Amino acid sequence: MSRAIVSKIEKANVLALAEEGKRLDGRKFDEIRPITIETGLYARAKGSANVKLGTMEVAAGVSIGTMEPYPDSPDSGTLSVTAELTPMSYEHFSMGPPSDDDIELSRVVDRGIRESKAIEMDKLVVESGVEVRSVFVDLWTLNYAGNPIDAASLAGVAALHNAEDEELGKLPVVKKPIANTFIKIGEHILLDPSLEEEKALEARFTVTLEDTGNVCAMQKAGSSNWTTDEILACVKIAAKHSKETRKLLK
Amino acid sequence: MGTSKGEALIVDGKRLDGRKFDELRPIKIEAGVLEQADGSAYVEMGGSHVLAAVYGPVEMHPRHKMLPDRVVLQTQYEMAPFSVPDRKRPGPDRRSKEIAKVTKEALESVIYVEDYAQSAIRLHIEILQADAGTRVTGLTAASVALADAGIKMRDMVAACASGKIDDTIVLDLNGIEDNTGQADLPVAYAAGLDEITLLQMDGLMTEDEFEKGLKYAIDGCKTIYELQKDALKRRYKNE
Repeated sequence: MSRAIVSKIEKANVLALAEEGKRLDGRKFDEIRPITIETGLYARAKGSANVKLGTMEVAAGVSIGTMEPYPDSPDSGTLSVTAELTPMSYEHFSMGPPSDDDIELSRVVDRGIRESKAIEMDKLVVESGVEVRSVFVDLWTLNYAGNPIDAASLAGVAALHNAEDEELGKLPVVKKPIANTFIKIGEHILLDPSLEEEKALEARFTVTLEDTGNVCAMQKAGSSNWTTDEILACVKIAAKHSKETRKLLK
Repeated sequence: MGTSKGEALIVDGKRLDGRKFDELRPIKIEAGVLEQADGSAYVEMGGSHVLAAVYGPVEMHPRHKMLPDRVVLQTQYEMAPFSVPDRKRPGPDRRSKEIAKVTKEALESVIYVEDYAQSAIRLHIEILQADAGTRVTGLTAASVALADAGIKMRDMVAACASGKIDDTIVLDLNGIEDNTGQADLPVAYAAGLDEITLLQMDGLMTEDEFEKGLKYAIDGCKTIYELQKDALKRRYKNE
């Protein structure tokens, strides 16, 4: 994800540690960084949240508008997720139009929310075929420290659960999809990569699970590959961790 | 600026939020709030909440914008989509670009620009919650973030706005006052140098009203200047 020039020494260090079963920050391979979630911080938004995953910090805001429904779904509200890896959050992110990484981040988070059917879209109809509510989730990185997908996803879901509108009351949000991102370094699989680990990654894999344990979104990235067994192992670890992380969401 | 029609903004000699005419909203300033940035600050001025981050000095990109004898302060002013009730479309618009320009110039005037020749300093101002006066809140935050990044400066810049509501000059308009008031006068001021580094105005004021508004704003800046210094002292006391 990072566009930084990777120091060979740093990369070798991450790999050497992994060979010994260790990580730079002392975590186990399947251990995530501490999470803090604050909701309702931004009073102008319909719903909002700040999530810290270690020092990776994302601000999320929900806006609600109205629009004409899409012709193929006259009885469904709409969802739009926009994420930005802001130049404020990291030296190597630049200003300008959304980068590939911004768009991938937006779309992976979007899929988790959309496919889990977290929002009851049929309750967002004002008049069938004429007017429906449109839900916007905006995810802004404030401090970048690796693994924006899991942090942004958590922030988005927390903000949605916090959202209410004068006319609508509480936004009908019924699921808590949780994204779990792994990276592969050598033969080793690490959950929730830090910035240093992310710089050394060979391949990345995200799996999002919803409350009943169904997988609702996946994304493989990186120029190296995964074996079937590795992917299956990731899904098992993710299923266990999603349950723990979901408890943090009110 | 609209004219004062409809609801009164001043009742029994007091503003709707209970403030006196020359009173600032509650201000909170915190320095060094972001890990990645070389310098950062978080500022609340009433309901306007702003983050500023500074990176640099860094290499100038694009290279053709490099200046041989001085640094360029690359400034971004952005309102987060969720900072206003009706979602702000992401990306720069004409207003953001103008604010970034005047902010850049207001701060370059106090930076020792010749000491970082051929380089860039990147400044990012992000409005997280807007309730009038975001450009001045952003400037106040930016100045603290620059100092936090260790950029050599001749002085700090503090900023606030005065304006006119119900035919009365008042300091630091809030959202309702700004939307329905008669004039807005944002000012940035370097108290140590006694220099105005930003001045804009829109609306209608008499010469006398302008003079009073400017005095209010400069006095407000002097108060904020002290709070900026306190925030920086707290930051380094904690280390």
